[in-house]
Amino acid sequence: MFSARTVSKKYGAVQALDEVSLDLSPGEVVALVGDNGAGKSTLVKVLSGVVTPDGGSVEQDGRPVRMNSPHDAQRLGVATVHQDLALCENLDVVANLFLGDERRRWSVLRPIRMERAARDLLASLDVRIRDIRVPVAMLSGGQRQSVAIARALVGEPRVVILDEPTAALGVEQTAQVLELIRRLRDRGLAVLVISHNLADVRAISDRIVVLRLGRNAGEFRTAESTPEAVVAAITGGVALAGAPRAGTEESA
Amino acid sequence: MSTLAVLLRKPLQPLRRPGRTDLGAWPVVAGLVVIAVVFSSLNDRFLSAENLTNLALQMAATGTISLGIIMVVLLGEIDLSAGSVSGLSAVIMTILSVNHGWPPLAAVAVALVGAASIGLLHGWMFTRLGMPSFVVTLAGLIGWQGLMLYLLGSGGTINLPFDGFLAKLSDTWLPAPVAWLIAVLIVGVCTAAALIDRRLRQAADLPVPSITRIALRLGGLGLALAAVVTVLSADRGVPLLLVIFAALVVGLDLVLQHTVFGRHMYAVGGNAEAARRAGINVTRIRLIAFAAASTLAAAGGILAASRLAAVNQSSGSSDTLLMAIAAAVIGGTSLFGGRGRAYAALLGILVIQSITNGMLLLSVDSSVRYMVTAAVLAVAVAVDSLARRGQPR
Ligand SMILES: Nc1ncnc2c1ncn2[C@@H]1O[C@H](COP(=O)(O)OP(=O)(O)OP(=O)(O)O)[C@@H](O)[C@H]1O
Ligand SMILES: [Mg+2]
Repeated sequence: MFSARTVSKKYGAVQALDEVSLDLSPGEVVALVGDNGAGKSTLVKVLSGVVTPDGGSVEQDGRPVRMNSPHDAQRLGVATVHQDLALCENLDVVANLFLGDERRRWSVLRPIRMERAARDLLASLDVRIRDIRVPVAMLSGGQRQSVAIARALVGEPRVVILDEPTAALGVEQTAQVLELIRRLRDRGLAVLVISHNLADVRAISDRIVVLRLGRNAGEFRTAESTPEAVVAAITGGVALAGAPRAGTEESA
Repeated sequence: MSTLAVLLRKPLQPLRRPGRTDLGAWPVVAGLVVIAVVFSSLNDRFLSAENLTNLALQMAATGTISLGIIMVVLLGEIDLSAGSVSGLSAVIMTILSVNHGWPPLAAVAVALVGAASIGLLHGWMFTRLGMPSFVVTLAGLIGWQGLMLYLLGSGGTINLPFDGFLAKLSDTWLPAPVAWLIAVLIVGVCTAAALIDRRLRQAADLPVPSITRIALRLGGLGLALAAVVTVLSADRGVPLLLVIFAALVVGLDLVLQHTVFGRHMYAVGGNAEAARRAGINVTRIRLIAFAAASTLAAAGGILAASRLAAVNQSSGSSDTLLMAIAAAVIGGTSLFGGRGRAYAALLGILVIQSITNGMLLLSVDSSVRYMVTAAVLAVAVAVDSLARRGQPR
């Protein structure tokens, strides 16, 4: 189990995260929802070592782990697809997929190995790109998102975090990505998905965690929750049914 | 109406087709042809073996400095101190070997190591103190020149003995058979590499370049090398200086294209934040790039001192730097970072130095020369900026 424990983060005067906790278990898809500026992306950055929290800790199986750099996250098997696509547009698809984790012999790249692995990986995810040796700048938005997600899988992670993976995608690509997320769960990965699309969230998640103004604002088993209750938790309105589970803080 | 819309949209499409925006080295080659035609029609000595040999000699020093500039420009940064560092290093080397009687190679080694530390200092100020590289190296431009003048003292000029190792460096010429042997070896190695790569890609069931393409490329390389060796051998022979420069270019390109470090250089230049998130040590890459830039600047300064057989107060003076930066950009290195090859230094310096050389032959005043060089630089940067804007986002 991989968790954030009472994590806080301040940006100047903005309290982006205020003692937020979150658990991720193998074979489970957790959806993280909340309004714009609720702190979702910040929490993701903490879990992926991009941002160091001011307080609280990241834990693995109950023990605090060092998470001060993206390298630490990589080492712990946490892979992240950030909201702002972290791709190098000047590099080709193969180079982007293996960035920071290049196949090498001593210090020399092994381009053929990487290209073949890239082709096989993209094929297994049913991602279609005509020439994987063109710079990413030449690809469409959907193709870039697919590359970004595929990239997260290269290091064979145990935890995959997707920050709004379908935000920029058309209907068909969205369905593909959701299918891909299910496949990740079936492989036994712990998956955290951020989305504003509650229909998508209900379709794929096992559990829904709500953030509001940087705090935990509710947690639901997807199957047992109603859309109204989730919306209420997000907006801070009154829940009509399916009250948040005990043990989580409420700001509303 | 709809046909109008279609008509309006159509012409834009070819521009956006993948692969079409990158013309590679062809514009530069075309520019070289134009330069050759123009200057040789104005002065028939321009394409003579003797003048082309001089051109080769003139290229090496500034070209090496330009190679260093490429290292930082690939990161989207700039090194304005390269000229000063080249002058300072040449002075340090000369003082050690002439005034203190050190063995030449030891003096060269100390100068290079000193320059590397200067580059590390620049990199440290850039990465740790967060100063813009422009400001750091502008301070370096003035500061290191000051140190050079201080070391030179009132004398102002120190001569290198003409028969010494250092001066001989630029007065060594490959005998024709050796030059031909090297050319054949280069083509042979490239052919073998291309064929092996093709075989391996075939075995891995990956798309392979067609045999005709490979043959054309290798044929072009062979022809170019043969032309160079033929022309230069008709005069004094292929200068060692050119061989050193070319070896540095090829070596650096191999490092940039085929090592993990090189890949990370491009990544940091393309998107530093993405590189950081991918677990790349961005600070380390930047430090190495600045150190390499200064070291290559020093190497260039040493080559220049060797050619002049002296160092003086104008060693590594202002137009060295401008020529080096212009060469990098003209050769196709993007000032926005992440794009360009080491070969840009070779192609770019060839353009810049041909123009300079041609105008010197025509005894054009230096005022005009500066303006023409500036215009060429401006055009190159404009093309770079437009190419960037034309990229689909
Ligand atoms: N780098 C930063 N510097 C300053 N403030 C920041 C920074 N990143 C986030 N914030 C602030 O922290 C708060 C939380 O932002 P965050 O990006 O985590 O929200 P989010 O839930 O991901 O929103 P969205 O749904 O719009 O992506 C916001 O008020 C935002 O303005
Ligand atoms: Mg966000």
